[in-house]
Amino acid sequence: MTIGNSTPKLVAAAALSICALAGLPLSGQAPARAPRTADGKPSLDGIWQAISEANWDIEGHSAAPGRVLALGAEDATVPGLGIVEGGPLPYLPDAAKKRKDNFDKRLTLDPEIKCYLPGVPRAMYMAQPFQIIQGSDFIMMAFQYAGAIRTIYMRDQTEAPADSWMGWSNGRWEGDTLVIDTTGFNDLSWFDRAGNFHSEALHVVERLTPAGPDHLNYEATIEDKKVFSRPWKISMPIYRRKEKGARLLEFRCVEFVEDLIYGHLRKPGTKAQ
Amino acid sequence: MRYRAVASLGVLLVAIAVMAVTTRSIAGQASAARAKAPAATKKWTVPRTPDGQPDIQGYWTNSSYTPLERANNVAKEYYTPEEFAVVVKEAAAREAEQTEPGTIADVHYDFTQFGLDRSQSAFVKSNLRTSLIVDPPGGKLPPLTPEGQKRAADRAAERRRMGATTDAVQNMPIGTRCLIMAGSGPPMMSAGYNSNYQIVQGKGYVMILVEMIHDARIIPIDNRAPLPATMTQWMGDSRGHWDGDTLVIETTNLNAKNPFRGSSEKMKVTERLTRIDADTISYRFTVDDPGTWTTPWTAETPMTKSVGPIFEHACHEGNYGVMNTLAGARLEEKKAAAGAAKTAK
Repeated sequence: MTIGNSTPKLVAAAALSICALAGLPLSGQAPARAPRTADGKPSLDGIWQAISEANWDIEGHSAAPGRVLALGAEDATVPGLGIVEGGPLPYLPDAAKKRKDNFDKRLTLDPEIKCYLPGVPRAMYMAQPFQIIQGSDFIMMAFQYAGAIRTIYMRDQTEAPADSWMGWSNGRWEGDTLVIDTTGFNDLSWFDRAGNFHSEALHVVERLTPAGPDHLNYEATIEDKKVFSRPWKISMPIYRRKEKGARLLEFRCVEFVEDLIYGHLRKPGTKAQ
Repeated sequence: MRYRAVASLGVLLVAIAVMAVTTRSIAGQASAARAKAPAATKKWTVPRTPDGQPDIQGYWTNSSYTPLERANNVAKEYYTPEEFAVVVKEAAAREAEQTEPGTIADVHYDFTQFGLDRSQSAFVKSNLRTSLIVDPPGGKLPPLTPEGQKRAADRAAERRRMGATTDAVQNMPIGTRCLIMAGSGPPMMSAGYNSNYQIVQGKGYVMILVEMIHDARIIPIDNRAPLPATMTQWMGDSRGHWDGDTLVIETTNLNAKNPFRGSSEKMKVTERLTRIDADTISYRFTVDDPGTWTTPWTAETPMTKSVGPIFEHACHEGNYGVMNTLAGARLEEKKAAAGAAKTAK
């Protein structure tokens, strides 16, 4: 009886596996499709995160020792295939020198260490989630890291009124792809912890395409005539955070870097809190 | 067959949704009558988002000269329009003092260049109330409990122990440090300047972006459980639901590092946002913190339609104020020490 009961389950399990391997829809289920808004656009609403080591270095890189001796393996560079298509990055000669200098001094120069806003595209592949809130006139991106915000203007589009860390983003739909054109950057953010950088001439065009209910294909073209000899591209998948009750939590990191930034100006004889 | 089953399910879901909306709007009317929320006169119909939520999107401001608590020399609940005009004129003149060079010794900030203070704001809705607090009816906060009094004394003592504000960054106000602005909430309070908000509604969420320090309040509309009690945050954990056409936001799990008038970690804030016409959201909130006040209390203020866009407020990144203040204090100390050494010789 035991065998008699379990055999059909095994067969069913095997059949399911074959379906799954073949990428076929399971019996009784509609093909997995990306959700849509009530007005028919792809809905990008939700909590998302890239699973990527690109924040260490957007180019392919091997594991390497960390920057802070006391942190040992916890601070070691995690290896990654990189997200840059082709390569190496087409730095102009002077910019290549600056990039090397950035890398050498990354422990003090990387804006992430000071809890500064991450810029674009770096915000998209940091190791913390972000949330998209999709209205029809605005698509908002809220990032857990430093509480950074991007406003994507779908209507009332203008040029950037001034330079900023996160840039000025105008969006449009091309079929099921959200295309975001961002300019108006300052020259202060980096692409990663490895010192890859840009100037205020940075122009980023991103393409976000739903590739199923729980992942987006992300591509961006990076153009910066002051730093690079030609435009270049990055691409990666972005995944939905599926935990029950998933939400952005506060990573209000300013408090964590105050003694790092201002500690040398503390009144002598007073103790750090 | 499979698609037909899906289609039938869709019809069923629509039917359930219609029932749910009907039930909720009845419940909403009942509770609105109970709460005596501003009644929708002149047949105003709230617009809807494509998925049927009341549409409260847009740019809003709660910029106001109305104090939270009624002034001691004011006995009535409402000013006359003439009295209110005088109050606003006097308050605006006081605010302009720090904007116009030469009017007071220390011009902190030229608001005409760097911020929209209340005197410049064309969007202040005339609110004739003499206090934002509507309950207790006296317009003042309820008395502090003994625990609340002790906490206030302890906090004051700790503050004195830490030393002068210029000794270390941690001694400075949290807004100066760009951690969070005191009025960012919840509850959301009119600040000295830039009291601007942007509301965007997505699937299952309402986002309220607070201009100051780009704080986005992201409110899920799904009856989820609150965070465990072991977790606290500066802005707490907010969860929302629609009560008829009113967005109700309940917030707990606050870390009390940005206390509201002496509040504790146990504070619960219930906010009610009702769009009452094209240009106004009624914003009403109740604060319940039995360890601080003897009774819950409620305040109300209009949020008035404003214009955008809201630009990035990179407060921390450009915080030269903290750096210069501390550097100046250390320099003064060095000078004083050198002066003392010279006198000793």
